[in-house]
Amino acid sequence: MKRIALLGMPNTGKSTLFNRISGASARVGNWPGITVDLMSAKVLLGGHIAELVDLPGIYDLHGFSDDEQVVRHFLANNPLDLAIVLLNSSQIDRQLSLLLQIKKLNIPMVLALNMSDEAKKAGISIDIDQLAKSLAMPVLQISAKYGEGLPKALQAAAAVINQAQTASDPARISLALEEDQKIEKEMESLLAKYVHIPSTLSESSTDKLDKILLHKWLGLPLFFLAMYVLFQFIFAAGKPLQDGLAWALQLLRSSMLEPLFAGSPTWLSGLLLDGIYNGVATVAAFVPIIVLFFLVMSMVEDSGYLSRAAFLMDALMAKMGLDGRGFVMMLMGFGCNVPALMGTRMMRSRPMRLLTMLVIPLSLCSARLQVFIFMITALFSASQAPLVLFALYLMSFVTMFLTALLFQGQFKNKEPFILELPPYRFPTLRQIVLRGWLEVKHFLNRASKFIVIGVVLVWALTNFPSNVPPASAGTYAGQLGALFAPVLDPLGINNQLAIALIFGFVAKEIVVGALAVIYGLQGDALMVQMASQIDWVQAMSFMLFALIYTPCLSTIATLRNESKSLGFMWLSLAWSLGLAWLVSFVFYQTARALGF
Amino acid sequence: MRLLSQLAIGEHAIISAIEAEESLYHRLSALGFRVGKTLSIMRRANFNGPLHVRLGTTDVILRDTEAARIHVQNDSLANKP
Repeated sequence: MKRIALLGMPNTGKSTLFNRISGASARVGNWPGITVDLMSAKVLLGGHIAELVDLPGIYDLHGFSDDEQVVRHFLANNPLDLAIVLLNSSQIDRQLSLLLQIKKLNIPMVLALNMSDEAKKAGISIDIDQLAKSLAMPVLQISAKYGEGLPKALQAAAAVINQAQTASDPARISLALEEDQKIEKEMESLLAKYVHIPSTLSESSTDKLDKILLHKWLGLPLFFLAMYVLFQFIFAAGKPLQDGLAWALQLLRSSMLEPLFAGSPTWLSGLLLDGIYNGVATVAAFVPIIVLFFLVMSMVEDSGYLSRAAFLMDALMAKMGLDGRGFVMMLMGFGCNVPALMGTRMMRSRPMRLLTMLVIPLSLCSARLQVFIFMITALFSASQAPLVLFALYLMSFVTMFLTALLFQGQFKNKEPFILELPPYRFPTLRQIVLRGWLEVKHFLNRASKFIVIGVVLVWALTNFPSNVPPASAGTYAGQLGALFAPVLDPLGINNQLAIALIFGFVAKEIVVGALAVIYGLQGDALMVQMASQIDWVQAMSFMLFALIYTPCLSTIATLRNESKSLGFMWLSLAWSLGLAWLVSFVFYQTARALGF
Repeated sequence: MRLLSQLAIGEHAIISAIEAEESLYHRLSALGFRVGKTLSIMRRANFNGPLHVRLGTTDVILRDTEAARIHVQNDSLANKP
């Protein structure tokens, strides 16, 4: 099978082009010589099935960032039949260097020039024919966003492949990568001959927007307002969808699955319905919020506003060893930690990415909010409720900043903060939907396996040994609760709450349901019962613990997957558990000592 | 001879030298920071935040630490009011 690689600088529309060519058929795969996953897709080209690989966007083939090394190692280990290099026409003066670097490796090439409309507006003209002749490769103008010129470009690519040129030689490439002279000179002479750039650029609409959005004093308030509106949108639109889906899944269970398993043994229907079905339904109920998050996130990211947010917040974040982009991801975490963790992929420096990933699980996600609202309604008056909730949000920020401050020494990022500010762009609907869909597919794939196993385990713990009532003190879960008593008693967390916390380890959505099972009550009756069993100090201690100790199994699985390090996952887990215990302990003992 | 980090907002200047280790040098040059190139300071974020610099058609933000590695000299033509 022929192999084609897609190369280019960040922000040139490379992923857009990849998605457009591959449709939704892309998959993630491993490659020789490198440790990170790359996206690839099988495409039909000139009568051949070819494999198209999307390499990370790089500025410089001879640079030393993670991405640049990945690309070099890939080229030095995998033969290529064709490299499609995508450049941004309006920045050709500095992007041409990458093309010339790759050209030196003797890989059959096609040059695709993206965003020619932007270049035209800036008054940049490029002599395509002469440039192609001089470079000795096909040069084509395309629009990755709208697909213009794409068929022609693919034809040119097919022609290059069909000329039966031999594939690139990885051994020679690894030799050739040693030297990178002459390129600068060649680039200068090409630019001088074939490209004309006017000396001053007129003020663009991006400049006008930046004057407001990056304003010294208005910039940050406007940013917070924009984030607030986006969160409101996600919850306003996501909540009814989530409730509707949960309702439909419940209906499916009561109207179809329960009658279907009515005749089977209790343990089997229990395992399938209370265990696996409930587990899968829990994940499924996540989906609408996740989809919305990715839609909004890819919109913000592709629009160019995220780099602006990074600019505005960087001064503050730098004091904690993070940068402006980390702040945006922390905010994302208030909806759901999982997409926020995935969002850290845009960071190039691994230590900084890890530090951001250590901080995100402490943001008060919507699932935890559900638990808190239940507890607050049960134990606090209506006038106290907003204050308690505000205190929990404040605590979430405090723990995040504390974590970053404490760990910034361990995750010193060597990488400087230099970021390109792309012009504002409107992403197309197709772009947003396709990207959202791919992310959702990956999320479901990972989360479903994890949740099914976790839920089956919890079900087994509360149902065995079978000679005692489910979820009672005699079950394994009850025994586990008693086992944790010496640790949790100093926090004022009793055995019943301890079992709920064990459930909450899988997903916070289960906590309220778990309490219902444990107390054998529902709704108002459950709240009255709880208010008679614990006081507000215990409830607050429980909520503080639930806020900090760990978000859910999906988050832990995502931490593991994104960091590709089991050690880091354990560090995050141990730190949040330790911090949760300490905070609850200090709060509970202080409150009691003060006589509450 | 001044440093990029010392320029005022709105000022134009020409890059005269870049003092950086290899990886940073590559990063800077790939973004358009080359000796002889003209740049202008667009703005600076509050609380001593990053600089917003324009080089030709490219806008870049960078912290003072990095900006202090770049030496500049006055661009006599462009600085006329």
